[in-house]
Amino acid sequence: MTVKPPADKVSIPERAPVPLWLLAELTYACPLQCPYCSNPLELPKSRSSELTTEQWLDVMQQARKLGAVQLGFSGGEPLVRPDVELLVQEGSKMGFYCNLITSALGLTTERITALKNAGLNHLQISFQGSDQETNARFGGSDSFVHKLAMTKEVIRQGIPLGLNFVLHRHNIHQVADFLALADSLGAEFVELANTQYYAWAMHNREQLLPSRQQLQDAEAATNKFRDTSGSRMKVFFVAPDYYDDRPKKCSNGWGTTFITVTPDGDVLPCQSARIIPGLEFPNIRTQTLRDIWLDSTLFQRFRGTAWMQEPCASCPEKLIDLGGCRCQAFMLTGDAASTDPVCSLSPLHHVVTEITDAANAQASSQSSTPAQPLLFRNTSNARKLSAKKETSTS
Amino acid sequence: MSSTLDFARDTFKINPRYRLQWEDAQQCHVLLYPEGLVKLSGTAAEILGRCQQPTRAAELIAELQREYPAADTLADDVMEFLTHARQQEWIKRTED
Ligand code: SF4
Ligand code: SF4
Repeated sequence: MTVKPPADKVSIPERAPVPLWLLAELTYACPLQCPYCSNPLELPKSRSSELTTEQWLDVMQQARKLGAVQLGFSGGEPLVRPDVELLVQEGSKMGFYCNLITSALGLTTERITALKNAGLNHLQISFQGSDQETNARFGGSDSFVHKLAMTKEVIRQGIPLGLNFVLHRHNIHQVADFLALADSLGAEFVELANTQYYAWAMHNREQLLPSRQQLQDAEAATNKFRDTSGSRMKVFFVAPDYYDDRPKKCSNGWGTTFITVTPDGDVLPCQSARIIPGLEFPNIRTQTLRDIWLDSTLFQRFRGTAWMQEPCASCPEKLIDLGGCRCQAFMLTGDAASTDPVCSLSPLHHVVTEITDAANAQASSQSSTPAQPLLFRNTSNARKLSAKKETSTS
Repeated sequence: MSSTLDFARDTFKINPRYRLQWEDAQQCHVLLYPEGLVKLSGTAAEILGRCQQPTRAAELIAELQREYPAADTLADDVMEFLTHARQQEWIKRTED
């Protein structure tokens, strides 16, 4: 008998790809108003178009048949829906590894017990700041004490837990405090995730993007914690890609790994794909997941490398990053099939360096405040934005 | 890490963050965890399958040796895999 260490990564299959993840965005409703939220700027006026419990169970079953093994419940705030426990229970029975991504609002001791009994495998709680004031300022609601209590309760009940701290210019200096807090709560996994600039975060980018110095300080604080705390807590630091010279793969490769289903049943290769113009977005109410995944124009559009333009098309690195993120390419260059301008080989890379230069300049001249105030994510701001859009396009 | 799993002494089992299961679509056993999955070879799955309940290295080797009496490098192979699994934190001391 020989034992070989297994391959530690899933490779991109050559024939029909098998999706790994189903990301179920159960609702866009959320009691918080984070200004970096990745939900669309056009928030629906009511929840009446959300998929029903039966429709979700059907999507889950279909995804499982395609081979998906990871199931993430997110939102908005998924706990706004009273059927989360049931969905977790059924997902677990289907053989999914069930993850719940929550702000902790809506969690109670009883719901934690119910989720645990339903077979929840992993729970992630997000924090907006390392203290009550910052957390309330960026979440738009005073939830800090509740988050601490629920974090402790999840640990006490033994559901594997990760804490997520979303970083931006106004809280990135709190990294050391947040790590100390997480450690004192007994957390085992912490993700320090820099805001990625989509949706609300994109709209607020000028106010949110940290300077290079801030980023370096935060990384140094993270490394210092790792080296000196003697803590058994694992810390992941996710840098904002604007400061890199190579882009990140789009959702681990468009149409290779992820299926996102929106609250109203649209099926997407990534959470933000609906911003790309000229594409049709299939819906689970009218098509099967199998047809959408394998054959829809949407999932085929940027699968593989055939769609690429120069410099990506003849680049020796094209299988490493697949040309970067399509949504980011569209937002920053106006062409979703162009090279992600984060790449230093992109002829439009200067678009990104101008943005980071501005962030660096702003940080060094403390006095200059950004032109517009932070816009918090809520339905009233969403309405104002869409009204503005209509007047500017008509 | 404040405490490392000592194979000579400690009992261990699969880390509760990980779940082992057979996947038809992949035609192999996989280990699932929050960030993704690891595909396992048949033997790796066989060893981890025996770590669903608390066990010790010596017990595990003895058990496998009974099942595969002809495998003469079995003990070394199992230890090599367990060392890898410990480093990846797929297995954990039961006391933790
Ligand atoms: S980012 Fe904030 S506002 Fe958006 S869904 Fe999450 S908790 Fe709610
Ligand atoms: S040119 Fe395109 S493929 Fe090459 S490294 Fe840049 S983004 Fe990646």
